[in-house]
Amino acid sequence: MLTGQQTWKFQREPRIISTATIVGPDEAKGPLGNSFDKCYDALEIEEKTWEKAERRLLNEATQLALSKKNLTPNDLQVYVGGDLLNQIVTNNFVARELKIPYLGVFGACSTSMESLAIVAQLVSSGAVKKGMAGASSHNCTVEKQFRYPTEYGAQKPPTAQYTVTGAGAAVVSLEGEGPAIEAATIGRVIDLGITDPFNMGGAMAPAAVDTIIAHLNDMNRSPKDYDLIVTGDLASVGHPIAIDLLKKEQVPIQSTHFDDCGLMIYNTKEQLVQAGGSGAGCSAVVTYGHLVDELNKGHLRRILVVATGALLSPITYQQGDSIPCIAHAVALKGKGVE
Amino acid sequence: MSNKKGNSKKYSRSNLSAQEYQSFAKTKEPPRSIFKNCLMAFFVGGAICCFGQGVTEFYMYIFKMSSQEASDPTVATLILIAVILTSLGIYDKFAQFAGAGSAVPVTGFANSVCSAALEHRSEGLVLGVGGNMFKLAGSVIVFGTVAAFFVGIAYMVLGIGGH
Repeated sequence: MLTGQQTWKFQREPRIISTATIVGPDEAKGPLGNSFDKCYDALEIEEKTWEKAERRLLNEATQLALSKKNLTPNDLQVYVGGDLLNQIVTNNFVARELKIPYLGVFGACSTSMESLAIVAQLVSSGAVKKGMAGASSHNCTVEKQFRYPTEYGAQKPPTAQYTVTGAGAAVVSLEGEGPAIEAATIGRVIDLGITDPFNMGGAMAPAAVDTIIAHLNDMNRSPKDYDLIVTGDLASVGHPIAIDLLKKEQVPIQSTHFDDCGLMIYNTKEQLVQAGGSGAGCSAVVTYGHLVDELNKGHLRRILVVATGALLSPITYQQGDSIPCIAHAVALKGKGVE
Repeated sequence: MSNKKGNSKKYSRSNLSAQEYQSFAKTKEPPRSIFKNCLMAFFVGGAICCFGQGVTEFYMYIFKMSSQEASDPTVATLILIAVILTSLGIYDKFAQFAGAGSAVPVTGFANSVCSAALEHRSEGLVLGVGGNMFKLAGSVIVFGTVAAFFVGIAYMVLGIGGH
């Protein structure tokens, strides 16, 4: 049900009944390494091309999310997913394997929460009984498409981010155990004129702030109503900017724990990841791995995941256009939280 | 459901102009250590050139070449080493701290060609490797040739060089 201008508050709250996360070697070495279902120790993911490697991550994640609860693809009526590659090709191929109705979505790195919000709405409204949301990224496919060949020796500035190699999937249903999806806030495209593709965090921070404020206003809440508000991939440059922007609007963000998936997934001081992690897989594997675990264990009661996306293409920035950005937020709550 | 006290107050949305934001965001960028980068570029680039000089001396001493004759096999040797390091996935990590020091010498050029060829091998030999290997190096060749053309004109006009 529409609440305020941008928020869908679910009358019948769907639950995340199963999740799976599969990552590459750098994520396995990070602080959340133990929270992932499977870690590969080489970026090739036992495949011949980077594109196939990413596809395999998401294929395995979607299959594992189903098999954990003894489900088959035929128990689902929809799969909604996206990634960063042209024509969201990873998800198209994964949906080919699933053989169920499929909606491909693109929201750059915000795809994780965009797809979860859509599936939650479809399940809550009764359009489908069970659905699955998925998102993936691979460091090398993204480097190849958006930047330089992976082995090219270009020095990255300290504002650059390191794309997460990982895929996450979540099965959503009205019946079953797991964190409830309370509400989703759909973001607006915000562009404050940042043109540097090596400073995505700085470009995306205003979009994250816009969606957080919209969510709090629509839900008539304040930050302290959440144990954790977590942005997708603002990293060490964008995240402090978001804090400053929120304080400027008198949002008492210090009254909650405010973190960022891109900062949580790596040990940014020791791993060579510049400002931190990014990619559609970043918020997907942190949310569907660590955060869902914490909700299930009762360590976290209510959280807001604000996945951020930079909606650029290699052509638009070469032509000098600035970077349009978006953020979608999904509010999750643990078992027994009212 | 969570109408707690004091929550009725709505937060205002940012009305920062793009210009205000860009200058604010600029102040939040960690500084690029120009001094350290220059120093690294100087020493790493210098070390690569010293190594190249060593290779030249080696060819001159062992194969009794003149310094002019030794320069071609020297370049070939450096290219070979750079290509091997690129293929082993070492060159890009080395370049992250070496910066321009690893980009400017002939090894950087070799790395740009080799990395593009490797990256696009999966799309086939013709459209993949052939079509993409000069993706990065192409502009070096184009603008190098254009610059040489104008330098040639300048030589002709001034009546110097051109032997």
